[in-house]
Amino acid sequence: MTERRRIKVDYMARVEGEGALDIAIEGDRVTDVKLKIFEPPRFFEAFLQGRHFTEAPDITARICGICPVAYQMSAVHALEHACGVRISGPLRTLRRLLYCGEWIESHVLHIYMLHAPDFLGVHNVVEIAQSQPAIVERGLRLKKAGNAIVALLGGREIHPINVRVGGFYKIPSRAEFKALAATLEAAREDALATVAWVSGFDFPDFTRDYELVALRHPDEYPFNEGRIVSNRGLDIEQADYHDHFEESHVEHSTALHCRLRARGHYHVGPLARFALNHDRLGALAREAAASAGLGADCRNPFQSIVVRSIEVVEAVDEALRILSNLEFPDTPYVAVEPRAATGLAATEAPRGLLHHTYRINADGLIEHAQIIPPTSQNQASIEDDLGAFIAPRLDLDEAALQWQCEQAVRNYDPCISCSTHFLKLNVTRQ
Amino acid sequence: MSTLKIIGIGNPDRGDDALGPAVIATLATDPPAAAELATVSGDMLALLEQWQSDDAVFLVDALAPGQAPGQVVRLDAGRDVLAQELANFASSHAFNLAEAIELGRALGRLPATLVVYGAEGVSFEPGAALNPAVSAAVAEIARRLREDCRVCTKRH
Repeated sequence: MTERRRIKVDYMARVEGEGALDIAIEGDRVTDVKLKIFEPPRFFEAFLQGRHFTEAPDITARICGICPVAYQMSAVHALEHACGVRISGPLRTLRRLLYCGEWIESHVLHIYMLHAPDFLGVHNVVEIAQSQPAIVERGLRLKKAGNAIVALLGGREIHPINVRVGGFYKIPSRAEFKALAATLEAAREDALATVAWVSGFDFPDFTRDYELVALRHPDEYPFNEGRIVSNRGLDIEQADYHDHFEESHVEHSTALHCRLRARGHYHVGPLARFALNHDRLGALAREAAASAGLGADCRNPFQSIVVRSIEVVEAVDEALRILSNLEFPDTPYVAVEPRAATGLAATEAPRGLLHHTYRINADGLIEHAQIIPPTSQNQASIEDDLGAFIAPRLDLDEAALQWQCEQAVRNYDPCISCSTHFLKLNVTRQ
Repeated sequence: MSTLKIIGIGNPDRGDDALGPAVIATLATDPPAAAELATVSGDMLALLEQWQSDDAVFLVDALAPGQAPGQVVRLDAGRDVLAQELANFASSHAFNLAEAIELGRALGRLPATLVVYGAEGVSFEPGAALNPAVSAAVAEIARRLREDCRVCTKRH
Protein backbone atom coordinates (compact mmCIF):
# COMPACT_ATOMS: atom_id res chain seq x y z
CA MET A 1 0.00 0.00 0.00
CA THR A 2 1.27 3.47 -0.84
CA GLU A 3 2.37 5.32 2.25
CA ARG A 4 0.78 8.70 2.75
CA ARG A 5 2.49 11.32 4.85
CA ARG A 6 1.52 14.80 5.75
CA ILE A 7 4.04 17.32 6.97
CA LYS A 8 2.37 20.09 8.86
CA VAL A 9 4.35 22.97 10.25
CA ASP A 10 2.26 25.24 12.43
CA TYR A 11 3.33 28.42 14.06
CA MET A 12 1.25 31.16 15.47
CA ALA A 13 3.40 34.19 15.88
CA ARG A 14 2.90 36.66 18.66
CA VAL A 15 1.89 39.69 16.69
CA GLU A 16 2.06 40.50 13.06
CA GLY A 17 3.19 37.39 11.26
CA GLU A 18 1.61 34.01 10.85
CA GLY A 19 2.98 31.28 8.67
CA ALA A 20 2.44 27.58 8.29
CA LEU A 21 3.56 24.87 5.96
CA ASP A 22 1.50 21.91 4.87
CA ILE A 23 3.00 19.31 2.56
CA ALA A 24 1.15 16.18 1.48
CA ILE A 25 3.18 13.18 0.37
CA GLU A 26 1.90 10.00 -1.21
CA GLY A 27 4.54 7.32 -1.59
CA ASP A 28 7.44 8.94 -3.40
CA ARG A 29 5.33 11.82 -4.72
CA VAL A 30 4.65 15.29 -3.31
CA THR A 31 0.97 15.80 -3.99
CA ASP A 32 0.44 19.22 -2.46
CA VAL A 33 2.42 22.11 -1.02
CA LYS A 34 0.77 25.00 0.76
CA LEU A 35 2.61 27.89 2.32
CA LYS A 36 0.20 29.82 4.47
CA ILE A 37 1.12 33.38 5.30
CA PHE A 38 -0.79 36.08 7.05
CA GLU A 39 -0.04 39.43 5.46
CA PRO A 40 -0.45 42.54 7.61
CA PRO A 41 -0.41 45.06 4.71
CA ARG A 42 -4.07 44.30 3.96
CA PHE A 43 -5.08 46.10 7.15
CA PHE A 44 -2.95 49.06 6.20
CA GLU A 45 -4.73 49.56 2.90
CA ALA A 46 -7.92 50.10 4.89
CA PHE A 47 -6.17 52.28 7.48
CA LEU A 48 -4.95 54.54 4.68
CA GLN A 49 -8.40 55.30 3.29
CA GLY A 50 -9.52 58.74 4.38
CA ARG A 51 -6.07 59.75 5.61
CA HIS A 52 -4.24 62.73 4.14
CA PHE A 53 -1.68 61.76 1.51
CA THR A 54 1.14 63.32 3.53
CA GLU A 55 0.52 60.74 6.28
CA ALA A 56 1.18 57.74 4.04
CA PRO A 57 4.97 57.50 4.56
CA ASP A 58 4.59 57.39 8.34
CA ILE A 59 1.64 54.97 8.27
CA THR A 60 3.23 52.57 5.78
CA ALA A 61 6.55 52.63 7.67
CA ARG A 62 4.75 50.66 10.39
CA ILE A 63 4.01 47.77 8.05
CA CYS A 64 7.41 46.18 8.52
CA GLY A 65 10.05 46.55 11.21
CA ILE A 66 12.70 45.19 8.88
CA CYS A 67 12.08 47.17 5.71
CA PRO A 68 10.11 50.33 6.63
CA VAL A 69 12.17 52.47 4.23
CA ALA A 70 10.95 50.40 1.29
CA TYR A 71 7.34 51.07 2.26
CA GLN A 72 8.07 54.76 2.70
CA MET A 73 9.88 55.00 -0.63
CA SER A 74 7.19 53.24 -2.65
CA ALA A 75 4.58 55.42 -0.93
CA VAL A 76 6.25 58.77 -1.62
CA HIS A 77 7.06 57.88 -5.22
CA ALA A 78 3.49 56.76 -5.91
CA LEU A 79 2.01 59.87 -4.28
CA GLU A 80 4.41 62.18 -6.10
CA HIS A 81 3.39 60.41 -9.31
CA ALA A 82 -0.23 61.17 -8.48
CA CYS A 83 0.61 64.83 -7.85
CA GLY A 84 2.73 65.19 -10.98
CA VAL A 85 5.98 65.84 -9.12
CA ARG A 86 9.33 64.23 -9.81
CA ILE A 87 12.08 64.56 -7.22
CA SER A 88 15.55 64.99 -8.69
CA GLY A 89 19.01 66.20 -7.71
CA PRO A 90 20.33 65.97 -4.15
CA LEU A 91 16.99 64.93 -2.61
CA ARG A 92 16.77 62.00 -4.99
CA THR A 93 20.34 61.04 -4.13
CA LEU A 94 19.67 61.20 -0.40
CA ARG A 95 16.71 58.86 -0.83
CA ARG A 96 19.07 56.45 -2.51
CA LEU A 97 21.47 56.77 0.42
CA LEU A 98 18.66 55.99 2.87
CA TYR A 99 17.74 52.89 0.87
CA CYS A 100 21.40 51.74 1.03
CA GLY A 101 21.06 51.79 4.82
CA GLU A 102 17.98 49.61 4.77
CA TRP A 103 19.49 47.06 2.40
CA ILE A 104 22.53 46.75 4.67
CA GLU A 105 20.41 46.38 7.83
CA SER A 106 17.98 43.91 6.34
CA HIS A 107 20.40 41.79 4.32
CA VAL A 108 22.92 41.52 7.16
CA LEU A 109 20.21 40.50 9.60
CA HIS A 110 19.11 37.77 7.21
CA ILE A 111 22.59 36.60 6.25
CA TYR A 112 24.07 36.35 9.74
CA MET A 113 21.15 35.80 12.06
CA LEU A 114 18.64 33.83 10.02
CA HIS A 115 20.15 32.16 7.00
CA ALA A 116 23.76 31.28 7.89
CA PRO A 117 22.78 28.86 10.69
CA ASP A 118 21.08 26.68 8.07
CA PHE A 119 24.33 26.24 6.17
CA LEU A 120 26.45 25.71 9.28
CA GLY A 121 24.21 22.99 10.69
CA VAL A 122 23.39 24.89 13.88
CA HIS A 123 20.06 25.97 15.27
CA ASN A 124 20.67 29.69 15.54
CA VAL A 125 23.22 32.46 15.55
CA VAL A 126 23.80 32.01 19.28
CA GLU A 127 25.54 28.74 18.47
CA ILE A 128 27.68 30.48 15.85
CA ALA A 129 28.58 33.13 18.42
CA GLN A 130 29.64 30.46 20.89
CA SER A 131 32.14 28.92 18.47
CA GLN A 132 33.01 31.85 16.18
CA PRO A 133 32.28 35.10 18.04
CA ALA A 134 34.44 37.22 15.71
CA ILE A 135 32.20 36.35 12.76
CA VAL A 136 29.04 37.36 14.59
CA GLU A 137 30.69 40.54 15.87
CA ARG A 138 31.48 41.36 12.24
CA GLY A 139 27.83 40.92 11.32
CA LEU A 140 26.74 43.15 14.18
CA ARG A 141 29.23 45.85 13.15
CA LEU A 142 28.01 45.71 9.58
CA LYS A 143 24.38 45.90 10.57
CA LYS A 144 25.17 48.82 12.82
CA ALA A 145 26.63 50.66 9.81
CA GLY A 146 23.30 50.24 8.01
CA ASN A 147 21.47 51.34 11.15
CA ALA A 148 23.66 54.46 11.24
CA ILE A 149 22.49 55.52 7.77
CA VAL A 150 18.82 54.95 8.57
CA ALA A 151 19.12 56.63 11.98
CA LEU A 152 20.80 59.70 10.46
CA LEU A 153 18.55 60.22 7.45
CA GLY A 154 15.43 58.54 8.78
CA GLY A 155 15.51 60.08 12.22
CA ARG A 156 15.66 56.71 13.99
CA GLU A 157 16.74 53.17 13.18
CA ILE A 158 13.33 51.48 13.18
CA HIS A 159 10.22 52.94 11.59
CA PRO A 160 11.92 56.15 10.37
CA ILE A 161 10.08 59.43 10.82
CA ASN A 162 12.03 61.86 8.62
CA VAL A 163 10.66 60.86 5.20
CA ARG A 164 7.92 62.99 3.66
CA VAL A 165 6.24 63.36 0.30
CA GLY A 166 8.58 65.72 -1.57
CA GLY A 167 11.75 64.88 0.38
CA PHE A 168 12.70 64.95 4.06
CA TYR A 169 11.61 66.92 7.11
CA LYS A 170 15.21 67.71 8.03
CA ILE A 171 18.59 67.30 6.35
CA PRO A 172 21.48 66.21 8.60
CA SER A 173 24.55 68.44 8.96
CA ARG A 174 27.81 68.11 7.00
CA ALA A 175 29.58 66.96 10.18
CA GLU A 176 27.03 64.18 10.65
CA PHE A 177 27.48 62.97 7.06
CA LYS A 178 31.26 63.04 7.53
CA ALA A 179 31.04 60.82 10.61
CA LEU A 180 28.78 58.45 8.68
CA ALA A 181 31.37 58.12 5.91
CA ALA A 182 34.01 57.09 8.45
CA THR A 183 31.68 54.34 9.76
CA LEU A 184 31.04 53.07 6.24
CA GLU A 185 34.73 53.00 5.30
CA ALA A 186 35.21 50.42 8.05
CA ALA A 187 32.11 48.55 6.94
CA ARG A 188 33.43 48.01 3.42
CA GLU A 189 36.02 45.47 4.61
CA ASP A 190 33.40 43.70 6.70
CA ALA A 191 31.12 43.51 3.67
CA LEU A 192 33.83 41.95 1.52
CA ALA A 193 34.71 39.50 4.29
CA THR A 194 31.03 38.52 4.42
CA VAL A 195 31.08 37.62 0.72
CA ALA A 196 34.16 35.44 1.25
CA TRP A 197 32.48 33.75 4.23
CA VAL A 198 29.11 32.87 2.68
CA SER A 199 30.48 31.92 -0.73
CA GLY A 200 32.37 29.11 1.02
CA PHE A 201 29.16 27.44 2.24
CA ASP A 202 27.97 24.18 0.66
CA PHE A 203 24.89 24.67 -1.51
CA PRO A 204 22.46 21.98 -2.62
CA ASP A 205 22.48 21.33 -6.35
CA PHE A 206 19.16 22.97 -7.15
CA THR A 207 18.51 25.29 -10.07
CA ARG A 208 15.17 26.82 -10.96
CA ASP A 209 13.83 28.20 -14.20
CA TYR A 210 12.16 31.32 -12.83
CA GLU A 211 10.67 34.28 -14.59
CA LEU A 212 12.72 36.90 -12.79
CA VAL A 213 11.15 40.34 -12.29
CA ALA A 214 12.93 43.46 -11.05
CA LEU A 215 13.38 47.15 -11.73
CA ARG A 216 16.01 48.16 -14.25
CA HIS A 217 17.45 51.66 -14.47
CA PRO A 218 19.62 53.00 -17.31
CA ASP A 219 22.59 53.77 -15.04
CA GLU A 220 22.07 52.41 -11.56
CA TYR A 221 21.63 49.18 -9.66
CA PRO A 222 17.94 49.64 -8.85
CA PHE A 223 16.56 51.03 -5.63
CA ASN A 224 13.91 53.68 -6.30
CA GLU A 225 13.54 53.94 -10.04
CA GLY A 226 13.49 51.99 -13.26
CA ARG A 227 11.26 50.09 -15.61
CA ILE A 228 9.80 46.76 -14.52
CA VAL A 229 11.53 44.09 -16.60
CA SER A 230 11.88 40.31 -16.70
CA ASN A 231 14.14 37.73 -18.29
CA ARG A 232 11.20 36.72 -20.52
CA GLY A 233 10.65 40.01 -22.28
CA LEU A 234 8.54 42.01 -19.85
CA ASP A 235 9.56 45.68 -20.08
CA ILE A 236 6.93 48.11 -18.75
CA GLU A 237 6.50 51.42 -16.99
CA GLN A 238 5.81 51.15 -13.25
CA ALA A 239 2.45 52.80 -13.87
CA ASP A 240 1.39 49.92 -16.13
CA TYR A 241 1.89 47.29 -13.42
CA HIS A 242 -1.77 46.36 -13.06
CA ASP A 243 -2.09 45.75 -16.80
CA HIS A 244 0.41 42.91 -16.49
CA PHE A 245 0.08 41.61 -12.93
CA GLU A 246 -2.93 40.51 -10.93
CA GLU A 247 -3.59 39.47 -7.37
CA SER A 248 -5.85 36.55 -6.61
CA HIS A 249 -7.16 34.92 -3.48
CA VAL A 250 -6.21 31.33 -2.72
CA GLU A 251 -8.20 29.43 -0.19
CA HIS A 252 -5.32 28.33 2.01
CA SER A 253 -3.88 31.78 2.67
CA THR A 254 -5.02 35.20 3.71
CA ALA A 255 -2.18 36.58 1.62
CA LEU A 256 -3.10 37.27 -1.96
CA HIS A 257 -1.03 35.48 -4.56
CA CYS A 258 0.25 37.66 -7.37
CA ARG A 259 0.82 36.43 -10.90
CA LEU A 260 1.79 37.71 -14.28
CA ARG A 261 -1.38 37.74 -16.35
CA ALA A 262 0.46 36.29 -19.33
CA ARG A 263 2.59 33.62 -17.71
CA GLY A 264 1.71 33.03 -14.06
CA HIS A 265 4.30 32.62 -11.30
CA TYR A 266 7.39 34.78 -11.11
CA HIS A 267 10.24 35.54 -8.73
CA VAL A 268 11.32 38.86 -7.19
CA GLY A 269 14.23 39.67 -4.91
CA PRO A 270 18.02 39.51 -4.93
CA LEU A 271 18.32 36.73 -7.54
CA ALA A 272 16.07 38.68 -9.92
CA ARG A 273 17.82 42.00 -9.34
CA PHE A 274 21.25 40.44 -9.79
CA ALA A 275 20.39 38.54 -12.97
CA LEU A 276 18.71 41.56 -14.55
CA ASN A 277 21.11 44.25 -13.33
CA HIS A 278 24.50 42.60 -12.93
CA ASP A 279 25.96 45.12 -15.38
CA ARG A 280 24.76 48.00 -13.20
CA LEU A 281 26.78 46.98 -10.14
CA GLY A 282 29.77 49.08 -9.19
CA ALA A 283 33.26 47.74 -9.82
CA LEU A 284 33.80 46.56 -6.24
CA ALA A 285 30.57 44.53 -6.13
CA ARG A 286 31.24 43.09 -9.59
CA GLU A 287 34.70 41.97 -8.46
CA ALA A 288 33.24 40.52 -5.28
CA ALA A 289 30.65 38.59 -7.33
CA ALA A 290 33.38 37.19 -9.57
CA SER A 291 35.50 36.19 -6.58
CA ALA A 292 32.46 34.45 -5.08
CA GLY A 293 32.11 32.40 -8.25
CA LEU A 294 28.87 33.98 -9.41
CA GLY A 295 28.40 34.43 -13.13
CA ALA A 296 26.05 37.02 -14.54
CA ASP A 297 23.13 34.92 -13.40
CA CYS A 298 22.30 32.73 -10.41
CA ARG A 299 19.23 30.51 -10.33
CA ASN A 300 19.95 28.51 -7.20
CA PRO A 301 17.74 30.04 -4.48
CA PHE A 302 20.04 28.64 -1.78
CA GLN A 303 22.75 30.93 -3.14
CA SER A 304 20.59 33.97 -2.51
CA ILE A 305 22.73 34.40 0.61
CA VAL A 306 25.73 35.05 -1.64
CA VAL A 307 23.78 37.47 -3.81
CA ARG A 308 22.59 39.31 -0.70
CA SER A 309 26.21 39.65 0.42
CA ILE A 310 27.09 41.14 -2.99
CA GLU A 311 24.23 43.60 -2.59
CA VAL A 312 25.58 44.57 0.84
CA VAL A 313 28.93 45.38 -0.80
CA GLU A 314 27.09 47.41 -3.43
CA ALA A 315 25.02 49.26 -0.82
CA VAL A 316 28.06 50.14 1.31
CA ASP A 317 30.05 51.17 -1.76
CA GLU A 318 27.19 53.18 -3.25
CA ALA A 319 26.63 54.94 0.09
CA LEU A 320 30.31 55.90 0.13
CA ARG A 321 30.14 57.11 -3.48
CA ILE A 322 27.15 59.28 -2.59
CA LEU A 323 28.84 60.66 0.53
CA SER A 324 32.07 61.47 -1.31
CA ASN A 325 30.20 63.67 -3.80
CA LEU A 326 27.50 64.90 -1.52
CA GLU A 327 25.49 67.89 -2.68
CA PHE A 328 23.18 69.56 -0.24
CA PRO A 329 19.60 70.31 -1.31
CA ASP A 330 18.48 73.95 -1.13
CA THR A 331 15.47 72.91 0.92
CA PRO A 332 14.73 69.64 2.78
CA TYR A 333 11.71 69.02 0.56
CA VAL A 334 9.83 70.16 -2.49
CA ALA A 335 6.28 71.36 -1.82
CA VAL A 336 3.76 68.89 -3.29
CA GLU A 337 0.18 70.03 -3.87
CA PRO A 338 -2.51 67.37 -4.09
CA ARG A 339 -4.78 66.86 -7.09
CA ALA A 340 -7.42 64.28 -7.87
CA ALA A 341 -5.38 61.51 -9.46
CA THR A 342 -4.02 57.99 -9.17
CA GLY A 343 -0.33 57.40 -8.60
CA LEU A 344 1.65 54.19 -8.96
CA ALA A 345 5.25 53.33 -8.14
CA ALA A 346 7.51 50.41 -7.33
CA THR A 347 10.82 50.31 -5.52
CA GLU A 348 13.16 47.47 -4.66
CA ALA A 349 12.65 46.38 -1.06
CA PRO A 350 15.50 44.17 0.18
CA ARG A 351 13.38 41.12 -0.55
CA GLY A 352 12.02 42.30 -3.88
CA LEU A 353 9.70 44.54 -5.85
CA LEU A 354 7.23 46.49 -3.71
CA HIS A 355 4.41 48.18 -5.64
CA HIS A 356 2.06 50.86 -4.28
CA THR A 357 -1.02 52.40 -5.88
CA TYR A 358 -2.96 55.36 -4.40
CA ARG A 359 -6.01 57.25 -5.58
CA ILE A 360 -6.32 60.63 -3.88
CA ASN A 361 -8.91 63.39 -4.20
CA ALA A 362 -8.37 67.12 -4.75
CA ASP A 363 -8.14 67.65 -0.97
CA GLY A 364 -5.32 65.15 -0.76
CA LEU A 365 -7.36 62.47 1.01
CA ILE A 366 -6.57 58.88 0.08
CA GLU A 367 -9.60 57.13 -1.42
CA HIS A 368 -7.94 53.87 -2.36
CA ALA A 369 -4.63 52.20 -1.58
CA GLN A 370 -3.18 48.96 -2.89
CA ILE A 371 0.11 47.60 -1.59
CA ILE A 372 1.68 44.55 -3.22
CA PRO A 373 4.61 43.33 -1.13
CA PRO A 374 7.31 41.00 -2.40
CA THR A 375 6.08 38.26 -0.06
CA SER A 376 2.80 37.84 -1.89
CA GLN A 377 4.56 37.98 -5.25
CA ASN A 378 6.95 35.20 -4.23
CA GLN A 379 4.49 32.98 -2.42
CA ALA A 380 3.71 30.72 -5.39
CA SER A 381 7.38 30.56 -6.29
CA ILE A 382 8.23 29.37 -2.77
CA GLU A 383 5.61 26.63 -3.01
CA ASP A 384 7.01 25.55 -6.37
CA ASP A 385 10.53 25.48 -4.94
CA LEU A 386 9.45 23.38 -1.98
CA GLY A 387 7.69 20.83 -4.12
CA ALA A 388 10.61 20.46 -6.52
CA PHE A 389 13.24 20.48 -3.81
CA ILE A 390 11.85 17.87 -1.45
CA ALA A 391 10.55 15.41 -4.09
CA PRO A 392 13.98 13.72 -4.46
CA ARG A 393 14.62 13.95 -0.70
CA LEU A 394 11.62 12.14 0.72
CA ASP A 395 13.76 9.36 2.16
CA LEU A 396 15.09 11.80 4.74
CA ASP A 397 13.76 11.47 8.26
CA GLU A 398 11.20 14.00 9.45
CA ALA A 399 13.69 16.20 11.28
CA ALA A 400 16.01 16.46 8.29
CA LEU A 401 13.10 17.03 5.92
CA GLN A 402 11.70 19.81 8.07
CA TRP A 403 15.13 21.42 8.30
CA GLN A 404 15.45 21.44 4.52
CA CYS A 405 11.91 22.74 4.02
CA GLU A 406 12.54 25.60 6.40
CA GLN A 407 15.81 26.37 4.71
CA ALA A 408 14.09 26.44 1.31
CA VAL A 409 11.57 28.93 2.69
CA ARG A 410 14.27 31.04 4.34
CA ASN A 411 15.98 31.41 0.97
CA TYR A 412 13.41 34.07 0.20
CA ASP A 413 13.33 36.90 2.70
CA PRO A 414 13.36 38.01 6.30
CA CYS A 415 9.61 38.44 6.53
CA ILE A 416 8.98 34.86 5.53
CA SER A 417 11.60 33.91 8.05
CA CYS A 418 9.63 35.82 10.66
CA SER A 419 6.66 33.58 10.17
CA THR A 420 8.57 30.34 9.93
CA HIS A 421 11.26 30.76 12.54
CA PHE A 422 9.99 28.59 15.37
CA LEU A 423 8.45 25.66 13.63
CA LYS A 424 7.07 22.54 15.16
CA LEU A 425 6.80 19.53 12.91
CA ASN A 426 3.80 17.28 12.98
CA VAL A 427 3.80 14.30 10.69
CA THR A 428 0.59 12.42 10.21
CA ARG A 429 0.95 9.03 8.59
CA GLN A 430 -2.18 7.66 7.01
CA MET B 1 29.60 54.68 35.49
CA SER B 2 26.87 52.13 35.96
CA THR B 3 23.29 53.01 35.10
CA LEU B 4 19.97 51.55 36.15
CA LYS B 5 17.75 51.04 33.10
CA ILE B 6 14.20 49.76 32.73
CA ILE B 7 13.19 48.91 29.17
CA GLY B 8 9.64 48.05 28.13
CA ILE B 9 9.43 45.93 25.00
CA GLY B 10 6.42 45.70 22.71
CA ASN B 11 3.99 47.45 20.43
CA PRO B 12 1.58 49.68 22.36
CA ASP B 13 -1.08 49.24 19.67
CA ARG B 14 -1.21 45.44 19.64
CA GLY B 15 -3.37 44.39 22.59
CA ASP B 16 -1.39 42.67 25.35
CA ASP B 17 1.88 43.26 23.51
CA ALA B 18 1.59 46.70 25.14
CA LEU B 19 2.58 45.21 28.53
CA GLY B 20 6.16 46.55 28.37
CA PRO B 21 5.29 50.10 27.27
CA ALA B 22 2.37 50.15 29.77
CA VAL B 23 4.73 49.32 32.66
CA ILE B 24 7.05 52.12 31.55
CA ALA B 25 4.11 54.55 31.35
CA THR B 26 3.03 53.54 34.85
CA LEU B 27 6.53 54.05 36.25
CA ALA B 28 6.85 57.38 34.43
CA THR B 29 4.06 58.87 36.54
CA ASP B 30 6.45 58.74 39.50
CA PRO B 31 9.85 57.74 38.13
CA PRO B 32 12.07 55.64 40.42
CA ALA B 33 15.13 57.62 41.49
CA ALA B 34 18.19 57.21 39.25
CA ALA B 35 16.43 54.90 36.79
CA GLU B 36 16.37 55.51 33.04
CA LEU B 37 13.09 54.47 31.41
CA ALA B 38 12.87 53.42 27.74
CA THR B 39 10.66 51.52 25.34
CA VAL B 40 11.77 49.34 22.44
CA SER B 41 9.87 47.58 19.68
CA GLY B 42 10.94 45.78 16.56
CA ASP B 43 14.50 44.63 16.15
CA MET B 44 15.64 42.99 19.38
CA LEU B 45 19.25 42.98 18.22
CA ALA B 46 19.25 46.71 18.96
CA LEU B 47 18.96 45.79 22.66
CA LEU B 48 22.64 44.86 22.67
CA GLU B 49 23.41 48.51 22.01
CA GLN B 50 21.24 49.67 24.91
CA TRP B 51 23.53 48.83 27.81
CA GLN B 52 27.11 48.90 29.07
CA SER B 53 28.81 46.05 30.88
CA ASP B 54 28.38 47.54 34.37
CA ASP B 55 24.72 48.55 34.01
CA ALA B 56 21.76 47.06 35.85
CA VAL B 57 19.01 46.42 33.30
CA PHE B 58 15.40 45.35 33.79
CA LEU B 59 13.41 44.29 30.72
CA VAL B 60 9.63 43.88 30.52
CA ASP B 61 7.96 41.92 27.72
CA ALA B 62 4.68 40.12 27.09
CA LEU B 63 4.72 36.32 26.92
CA ALA B 64 2.88 34.22 24.38
CA PRO B 65 -0.53 32.93 25.50
CA GLY B 66 -0.35 29.93 27.79
CA GLN B 67 -2.32 28.55 30.69
CA ALA B 68 -2.33 31.52 33.05
CA PRO B 69 -3.17 34.92 31.51
CA GLY B 70 -1.42 37.75 33.29
CA GLN B 71 0.80 35.48 35.36
CA VAL B 72 4.02 37.34 36.11
CA VAL B 73 7.41 35.68 35.80
CA ARG B 74 10.74 37.14 36.85
CA LEU B 75 13.86 35.70 35.26
CA ASP B 76 17.41 36.45 36.30
CA ALA B 77 18.79 36.45 32.77
CA GLY B 78 22.25 37.36 33.98
CA ARG B 79 22.40 34.07 35.85
CA ASP B 80 20.14 31.68 33.90
CA VAL B 81 20.26 30.67 30.27
CA LEU B 82 16.96 31.44 28.60
CA ALA B 83 16.99 28.76 25.92
CA GLN B 84 13.97 26.98 27.33
CA GLU B 85 12.07 30.25 27.41
CA LEU B 86 12.62 30.88 23.68
CA ALA B 87 9.19 29.77 22.61
CA ASN B 88 7.44 31.96 25.16
CA PHE B 89 9.21 35.04 23.93
CA ALA B 90 8.47 34.13 20.29
CA SER B 91 8.25 37.19 18.12
CA SER B 92 6.92 37.94 14.69
CA HIS B 93 10.08 39.93 14.23
CA ALA B 94 13.07 38.05 12.96
CA PHE B 95 15.00 37.94 16.18
CA ASN B 96 13.36 37.57 19.55
CA LEU B 97 14.23 38.78 23.02
CA ALA B 98 15.61 35.49 24.34
CA GLU B 99 17.82 35.08 21.27
CA ALA B 100 19.14 38.61 21.69
CA ILE B 101 19.97 37.93 25.34
CA GLU B 102 21.63 34.60 24.58
CA LEU B 103 23.60 36.19 21.75
CA GLY B 104 24.74 38.87 24.18
CA ARG B 105 25.79 36.16 26.65
CA ALA B 106 27.76 34.26 23.99
CA LEU B 107 29.56 37.46 22.98
CA GLY B 108 30.20 38.61 26.56
CA ARG B 109 27.94 41.59 26.05
CA LEU B 110 25.44 41.28 28.90
CA PRO B 111 25.18 43.95 31.59
CA ALA B 112 26.21 43.20 35.19
CA THR B 113 22.57 42.71 36.18
CA LEU B 114 19.90 41.61 33.72
CA VAL B 115 16.41 40.78 34.90
CA VAL B 116 13.43 40.04 32.65
CA TYR B 117 9.83 40.44 33.76
CA GLY B 118 7.14 38.84 31.62
CA ALA B 119 3.43 38.19 31.81
CA GLU B 120 1.31 35.94 29.63
CA GLY B 121 -0.83 37.84 27.18
CA VAL B 122 -4.20 36.80 25.80
CA SER B 123 -4.76 38.77 22.61
CA PHE B 124 -2.32 40.60 20.36
CA GLU B 125 -4.87 42.00 17.93
CA PRO B 126 -4.23 45.47 16.47
CA GLY B 127 -6.04 48.16 18.40
CA ALA B 128 -7.19 45.82 21.19
CA ALA B 129 -7.11 46.99 24.81
CA LEU B 130 -5.09 45.24 27.51
CA ASN B 131 -6.78 42.18 28.96
CA PRO B 132 -7.82 42.87 32.60
CA ALA B 133 -5.48 40.12 33.83
CA VAL B 134 -2.62 41.74 31.94
CA SER B 135 -3.56 45.17 33.30
CA ALA B 136 -3.22 43.71 36.78
CA ALA B 137 0.17 42.33 35.77
CA VAL B 138 1.24 45.82 34.69
CA ALA B 139 0.55 47.13 38.19
CA GLU B 140 2.29 44.18 39.83
CA ILE B 141 5.40 44.42 37.65
CA ALA B 142 5.64 48.19 38.21
CA ARG B 143 5.41 47.65 41.97
CA ARG B 144 8.09 44.95 41.92
CA LEU B 145 10.34 47.08 39.72
CA ARG B 146 10.13 49.93 42.22
CA GLU B 147 11.31 47.53 44.89
CA ASP B 148 14.10 46.26 42.59
CA CYS B 149 15.18 49.88 42.07
CA ARG B 150 15.30 50.51 45.80
CA VAL B 151 17.49 47.42 46.31
CA CYS B 152 19.80 48.38 43.42
CA THR B 153 20.14 51.97 44.61
CA LYS B 154 20.99 50.83 48.16
CA ARG B 155 23.54 48.35 46.85
CA HIS B 156 25.32 51.07 44.89
